[in-house]
Amino acid sequence: MTGALANPRLLRALLPPVSLILLLAVIFTIQPRAMSYLGLNLMLNLALPIALATIAQLCVIAVNDLDLSIGAFVSLVACIGATILPENPALGLAALAGCIAVYAALGALIHWRNLPAIVVTLGMSFVWLGAAVLLLPSPGGSAPAWLSTLVKLRTPLIPFAILASALLALLVHLFLMRSSLGVVLRGAGGNPQAVRRAGWSLLKTKMAMYALCGFFGVLSGLCLVGLTTSADANIALRYTLLSIAGVILGGGEFTGGRVSPIGAVIGALTLTLAGSLLTFLRISPDWQIGAQGAILILVLALRALVNRTERRAA
Amino acid sequence: MSAAESETRGVRRRLPQMPQAFSFIGAGLIFAATLAFTGGAGGGQILSTALTFATMYVIVGLGQMFVITTGPGNVDLSIPATIALAGAVAMTVMGGEDGMIALGLLAALGTGVAVGCFNYALIRLLQIPPIIATLSASFLVQSTAIAYGRGLRVRPPPALADFATGRIMGVPYLAIATLLLSVLMAVLLHRTVYGRSVAAVGQNSRAAHLAGIRVDRVRFLTYVLSAVLAGLCGAVLAGFSGGSSLNMGEEYLLASIAVVVVGGSSVSGGQSNVSGLWGASLFLYLLVTMLNTFGVGAGLRYLLTGLIIIAIITLAGGPRAGRA
Amino acid sequence: MPHPTAAPSPGTPFVALAAVAKSFGAVRALRGVDLDVRSGECLGLAGHNGAGKSTLMQVLVGNVSPDEGRFTVQGEDVAGRLTVARARRAGIACVFQELSLCPNLSVLENARIRHASLKGFGWRARAARLITRTLDEIFPGHGIAPQALVSDLPLGQRQMVEIASVFAQGDDEAPLRLVILDEPTSSLDNSVAAQLLAHVRRFVSAGGSVILISHILGEILSTCDRIAVMSDGRVVDLRDARAFTRASLVEAMGHVVSDETSDMPAAEAARSAAPVVASATTPRGGSIRLEARRGEIVGLGGLAGHGQTSLLVLLHNAAQGRSRYATLTGRVAFVAGDRQTDGVFPLWSIGGNVTVRSLSRLGRFGLVDPAREKRLAEEWRGRIKIRTPDMDDNILTLSGGNQQKALFARALGSDAEVILMDDPMRGVDIGTKQEVYALVRAEADKGRTFVWYTTEFDELKSCDHTYVFRSGRIVAELGRHELTEARVLQSSFEGEAA
Repeated sequence: MTGALANPRLLRALLPPVSLILLLAVIFTIQPRAMSYLGLNLMLNLALPIALATIAQLCVIAVNDLDLSIGAFVSLVACIGATILPENPALGLAALAGCIAVYAALGALIHWRNLPAIVVTLGMSFVWLGAAVLLLPSPGGSAPAWLSTLVKLRTPLIPFAILASALLALLVHLFLMRSSLGVVLRGAGGNPQAVRRAGWSLLKTKMAMYALCGFFGVLSGLCLVGLTTSADANIALRYTLLSIAGVILGGGEFTGGRVSPIGAVIGALTLTLAGSLLTFLRISPDWQIGAQGAILILVLALRALVNRTERRAA
Repeated sequence: MSAAESETRGVRRRLPQMPQAFSFIGAGLIFAATLAFTGGAGGGQILSTALTFATMYVIVGLGQMFVITTGPGNVDLSIPATIALAGAVAMTVMGGEDGMIALGLLAALGTGVAVGCFNYALIRLLQIPPIIATLSASFLVQSTAIAYGRGLRVRPPPALADFATGRIMGVPYLAIATLLLSVLMAVLLHRTVYGRSVAAVGQNSRAAHLAGIRVDRVRFLTYVLSAVLAGLCGAVLAGFSGGSSLNMGEEYLLASIAVVVVGGSSVSGGQSNVSGLWGASLFLYLLVTMLNTFGVGAGLRYLLTGLIIIAIITLAGGPRAGRA
Repeated sequence: MPHPTAAPSPGTPFVALAAVAKSFGAVRALRGVDLDVRSGECLGLAGHNGAGKSTLMQVLVGNVSPDEGRFTVQGEDVAGRLTVARARRAGIACVFQELSLCPNLSVLENARIRHASLKGFGWRARAARLITRTLDEIFPGHGIAPQALVSDLPLGQRQMVEIASVFAQGDDEAPLRLVILDEPTSSLDNSVAAQLLAHVRRFVSAGGSVILISHILGEILSTCDRIAVMSDGRVVDLRDARAFTRASLVEAMGHVVSDETSDMPAAEAARSAAPVVASATTPRGGSIRLEARRGEIVGLGGLAGHGQTSLLVLLHNAAQGRSRYATLTGRVAFVAGDRQTDGVFPLWSIGGNVTVRSLSRLGRFGLVDPAREKRLAEEWRGRIKIRTPDMDDNILTLSGGNQQKALFARALGSDAEVILMDDPMRGVDIGTKQEVYALVRAEADKGRTFVWYTTEFDELKSCDHTYVFRSGRIVAELGRHELTEARVLQSSFEGEAA
């Protein structure tokens, strides 16, 4: 009985790493030159900001909401990073802290008025976009030199993007999955009433998760602007979709507080690599987003299949 | 005990009388403010343009309204992609010839039917929330639109362009046609078994099922309807703006949701308001016009639009959302 | 009014209630409860549906504040001031019927949610030790790994984890004084249930108190020191457990103990020979198959939540042709008992709520005809006497009983041949009930079939045939002439300690 039950769960947990390895295998077969420090560095250049945005999305999904504004938010942070931050570091940091506070306030508002998170965050995406356009009406600005140096660090043997992603996955895993506080935060997504009855404040957990989302969104934006050195109000709009896809690809569920930080980072890497694969396959860039959609649907279909087996086994 | 609570809540004898009034009053105020700024100049022109652009909002808003009315969690995020694809398909089929307009429109609507079926298939077969289903479907549709529409430079047939931009006594033809469509949709919503079922499912899908309503069928039809209306909007928009473009649907994602919410329909489902869509569409467009007249840039315009939408659902969306 | 008689017991009262009353709107859930729970005793609580047991438990854990009466914990008056947090500090804990575990967390992580002191370095090891120790103590040989995800555990093991995390005693926590167990054994198998009951005895002999609610009478009789019987929001009997037998306990629960069978015809005619229009078996198994013939009123009895509603929903779905367990021929309508979740459309008018089931019949040229709709609504307003100035008023302007009438009108006014009723008379006043009983009988005589789940014995008397449910199965089948309250109660409660 338990053996039959463990099987689908194992399958589900293995889905993200196996798909990443499969993808890498295909890429290396088509393009053996990619199997090098330089090749990996090139392919995974933009993986870190995507992974950070995915972790941000994961925080909100863990409490059964969805953030449709994360792309616009990352863009705004990139704009702040390319305009205010180099000129006036103190003001820049204050602005970023303010952004995180706004996220926490959103969590409070959504909890307090019981609002649908999709509509609120969709509205916020316009607020962030508007603020970004106000800051940087046309593409430009330049990231502080220290930031660029940091994110373009050349580490020995393994590219920085991979090391940093691994560190990110590990730290978030330790906090969210292993710490005693993380347990309460995830519990609030699993059975909010039980958590409330045990004496915890649901308002605080929701605010904390939204603030974390804002925090990782800020890191993502800074990382992105460090890599690209200049910013643009639309620079990261597609991150909204990518981040949701990454969380789901990594084994997260939309409800019930079931998330996996390690899986989500792997999911983000997979999505980044999928772009490279399409290039190697000489598929026109027109189909890039479509391929991401297809991957998402494929994963969800596989998951539905696994879940069905699991139900039958139970 | 919940029965007792709801009884004390039910002191309002009738349902909220005019939830759409707010949007019309808002639109009126904004219009007045714009006129005060310009000193009364160009009022007719502004209104006429607003009517044209408002019709596009209304068309997609109608579809989104049906979807949102079917209850919490239901929203169609594939509208922008569908608009882009249907616009491209319609322009290609029409090929710039007046004789092909009917066929082109049919093709646009057919595109909508296909997208709607695909959306619902994902929702049902993969058992995933509609948001994710329509989102991932929109990736594919968007890519199809890009691949299909790249380098496409077909002008709309002259008759369609004339219709889309024409006016009679200052009133755009489009506005008149959309008004007819709205009346049709209002009848569909309030006077047919399907429309009543949509409202019932949105209030309580379990109760609707137990009252003999085929919930799955109702939701399926609703997603198809939404995509069909998005397809229609794509064709009309292409006709209006001299051809289809790949990003012409972009602004309609938030707009379609915003006009539904601002127009007095309930975000948590079950209650919808067709006339409110007009008020909200005029409100949103006039807001943009006013901010333009004041010389406000795009950034502030986005920012204010977002804030206003959040403010409105915070004020309107609270109490009943608890049942979601 | 029977008053609790003092039974000899060594302990002193830990919790004492005197004349505690609580109303929800017009429903008087508690009408003056006198009860004390002593240190070092296990108190059994028995009673039929709606007797007030759940409300009483909610009062004890601080979720519900009583309207009147005295309520003391260890001699300190806490009436109206007991909060959940305060009850926990006083050492009161409850295992609720609906599980309060987070399915996405592991066993030890769930322990952390309940025990705030489990934090800091090495908390996982401490949490694992705490929960394993308690599990070992209560359920030796449980086989539950503390790292296992709760959603991967079968229901019985989840229940064990739930119980263990309530009994678990953290290092710096207030000592546990009173544990309330609400149907704790419903999903445990026999040997595990016996382990739990043995632990209850150990806990009690160490000076703690336990309140045990169970539908398995043998459990209560064998485990408890005293047994309180509740009925109609009062404690109607309170005696030493040894003073009760299974029969006397059942008798104490039935508040109408009269020989109403005498006004029944002595030899009822055999069951109607009309064609069977609905039949079903319970998915949980059981040998008895439910059958309803045309023109019959079939009653479903037993304690609330033992599978009756699910069976009605199965029958309802069978009409749309998708059920393995049930078949139903003809058109069907459903009268909801849980109005909020299953019945009322809160944004609509009374008329709209009545006509929703009949819209397809009220059409003209494909459109719903408002005049015919109004006519149908008005017809039923008259026939079922919905008390409202205007059928266009919102449904929530009606009292609960009148909302219920609107739901009856929805079903009776439709073209349905089979009508399923899900305990629709909950919280409805007696006048309304009489009106509806007469209507149901009249409609049945015209050839309609009713399948009627009810938690009130008096309503089963209106039925031609009754099926009694227990633990998701049909356990007894009674013809009209065989029906007595004692027989229904006997079948509803399990005799042996399972």
